Amino acid sequence: MINELLKEGALILILASGVRLATPYLFAALGEMIGQRSGVLNLGVDGTMMLSAFTAFYVTFASGSLALGVLVGVLTGGLMGLIMAVVSVTMRAEQGISGIGLHLFGLGMSNLLFRLSLGAISTVEGFRPLSVPILSDLPVIGAVFFRHNVLVYLAFVLVPVAWVVLFRTPLGLKIRAVGENPQAADTLGVSVTGIRYLCVIIGGMMSGLAGTYLSIGLNNMYVDNITNGMGWIAVALVYFGRWHPWGVLAGSLLFSVVNALQIWVQVRGIAIPYEFAVMMPYVLTIVALAFAVRRAQQPAALSKPYERAEA
Amino acid sequence: MATARPGIITSLEMCGIVKRFPGVLANDGVDFDVRAGEVHALLGENGAGKSTLMKILYGLYQPDAGEILLNGRPLNIASPAQAIRLGIGMIHQHFMLIPPLTVAENVIIGLPSSRRIFVDTDRAARRISELADAYGLQVDPRAFVWQLAVGEQQRVEIIKALYRGADLLILDEPTAVLTPQEVDELFATLRQMKQNGHALIFITHKLHEVMAISDRVTVLRDGRVVGRVATQDTDEAALARMMVGRDVIRTWEKPAITPGQVLLSVEDLEAQSDKGTPALKRVSLEVREGEIVGIAGVSGNGQRELAEAITGLRPVTGGRVIIADRDVTNCSPAEVLAAGLSFIPEGRMTMGVIKEFSVWENAILETHAQPPLARGMFLDFKRIADHTRRLIGDYEVKTPSQETPVKNLSGGNIQKLILARELSRAPKVLVAAQPTRGVDVGATEYIHRRLIEQRSQGTATLLISEDLDEIMALSDRIAVMYEGQIMGVVRGDEASPEQLGLLMAGVRS
Repeated sequence: MINELLKEGALILILASGVRLATPYLFAALGEMIGQRSGVLNLGVDGTMMLSAFTAFYVTFASGSLALGVLVGVLTGGLMGLIMAVVSVTMRAEQGISGIGLHLFGLGMSNLLFRLSLGAISTVEGFRPLSVPILSDLPVIGAVFFRHNVLVYLAFVLVPVAWVVLFRTPLGLKIRAVGENPQAADTLGVSVTGIRYLCVIIGGMMSGLAGTYLSIGLNNMYVDNITNGMGWIAVALVYFGRWHPWGVLAGSLLFSVVNALQIWVQVRGIAIPYEFAVMMPYVLTIVALAFAVRRAQQPAALSKPYERAEA
Repeated sequence: MATARPGIITSLEMCGIVKRFPGVLANDGVDFDVRAGEVHALLGENGAGKSTLMKILYGLYQPDAGEILLNGRPLNIASPAQAIRLGIGMIHQHFMLIPPLTVAENVIIGLPSSRRIFVDTDRAARRISELADAYGLQVDPRAFVWQLAVGEQQRVEIIKALYRGADLLILDEPTAVLTPQEVDELFATLRQMKQNGHALIFITHKLHEVMAISDRVTVLRDGRVVGRVATQDTDEAALARMMVGRDVIRTWEKPAITPGQVLLSVEDLEAQSDKGTPALKRVSLEVREGEIVGIAGVSGNGQRELAEAITGLRPVTGGRVIIADRDVTNCSPAEVLAAGLSFIPEGRMTMGVIKEFSVWENAILETHAQPPLARGMFLDFKRIADHTRRLIGDYEVKTPSQETPVKNLSGGNIQKLILARELSRAPKVLVAAQPTRGVDVGATEYIHRRLIEQRSQGTATLLISEDLDEIMALSDRIAVMYEGQIMGVVRGDEASPEQLGLLMAGVRS
């Protein structure tokens, strides 16, 4: 097995597949990270991804327009984010519970709409790979990074964008302030509610992009439970990445490369029980989380609703 | 953002301010005013309505009635953002800082940047340094706030307000966490600001500070103004009478007692903070029968960890704790209690009581499983009721009934209930952490009297307090903690605030 793995072709295959698989995690985890930085824990990522995966797929299927599909997928995610914001920011509901509720809503809704509208598995012509001139001809690196579709590139570009926004702009400063000490932000004239709405809605839109990528960028079809728990892993990756865009990138890549590896192991028919192969990435996540994360690093006001104290 | 700045603030008046909270009339027709170039002290007990009035001025609360006049023109302050635009700044009692951010970042949160969509921390840092030089507020703009000492954090708070162009500054109990020397530095800054034409509102319940810094004093009691005088026409005793409504006992006669055997002994004690850093570094001290030993120090120098290590709530990583000749190092809290310790924790609502529980349930938290309160495996409700009635009566706990949830009582009454529960167990050793923090003057007086009575009965008391006046009034000996070490031990009757202040700042004399 090791010999086979060391062949250049196999390695490139696994790494390129890892980059593709990292895309939904990146979208969803970066979005979730922004929400958490503002102090809102949204556990509805998985359900949001499913619903967006369906709406994006359906619109593309019906209209033939990928752009329209992406737009609707993102808007669906934004709407799910808005619901989360209303419940958790305005109504100050327990965030963990409302997020699980949102997830279940997305899960049920996407299944229902799928039954009502399509009923059977259908396929669309999804995004095609777009080779980046010059860069895609580089040995190894070209094949691993620069022969993917536009959504993959977008996901990776969003990493530095998220970093700049969070750490180099007044907006990012406000977001971090609200997530660490909403009272302090409030006394400085920052709208805690406004910032949290913004972040949770953006987070929802990015979960929407993650779902959209699954149905019209990766699989080119829609099936029940298309996310297979990816949204939950994305939440874990935020912790793994210590609420930092580069950390989220590292976590997403590590996780998806291991995932690509186990798929390769299965495809090659190597004699490891397949259940064990499937388990690998998840075991890795749990182990990494146990060692990588200390509570002290999370935004201090994470999952705490804000209210100006009365009396 | 359209509100135009109506020029420099020359005067501000609040007229007939009324603010109701469910069940409480926090401000009942309060008049208050401040002019440029003066310090106006707002004096009152906890719960008198000082903070509420100032939160109205800062736009955090809306008044139910009354009006605010700025430079003689009435206006409505709808939000902190608007207050800031008008030139009003507030230094909150609990600092409004974000520890993982730098000083400069904390200062510019919410402000538009000169570099449009990007932050400009360099420019902010220069401006901060200018302000720091002008007002004696030395602080490194690039340091992270979590690295700063408490006094420095307060300077950041003041810079935050000045950076936003505040003409009028509200300081809510700004000295509560400072050493005496830091208080002097703060006062120097405030005098400088006064000279430069700032209007300052100084909220406090400490009388000597009012006398030291203010030009005028307004005294609030139960939400009403009970007096307004020029500081030079009054004295501390008169202000205390106004604040409390009667004469106040401010010094205690302690009966002379010769301390007996050592009841609490701490030897080379080491423990870690919540973050895993060393919090206690080989702390040794003894408390004898009939003695009160005070632990002074600025908050966060290991006092909480010391109390928790002694009481079995925090693992001891080195050294020993001995209570009445029994080694209780790393014993469970139950074992430590059984050895003869009583504990008044600093977190009254979190560690002292279960706030949803009723008065009687809280009264028996430690003794409910032992006779006479328990009969076999059942509670004896009649005896519990008798026991609770006795505690309520003996310790003057004001409560509508034994069934009332403790969270509905005032801070002073909750503290009296804790005191009753702890002292009724006739402790050999008492650890009292911040026993009067946030408690009104009446209850403070009562608690102090009880602690002195306990001393007469032979209890060895370790009194941990950030209130230097309290430490000096009660202690036979005073140990000062700084960064997890005992800097020195002074006799209570020989200690001066200056000497203690230096030790609190880590300067060994």
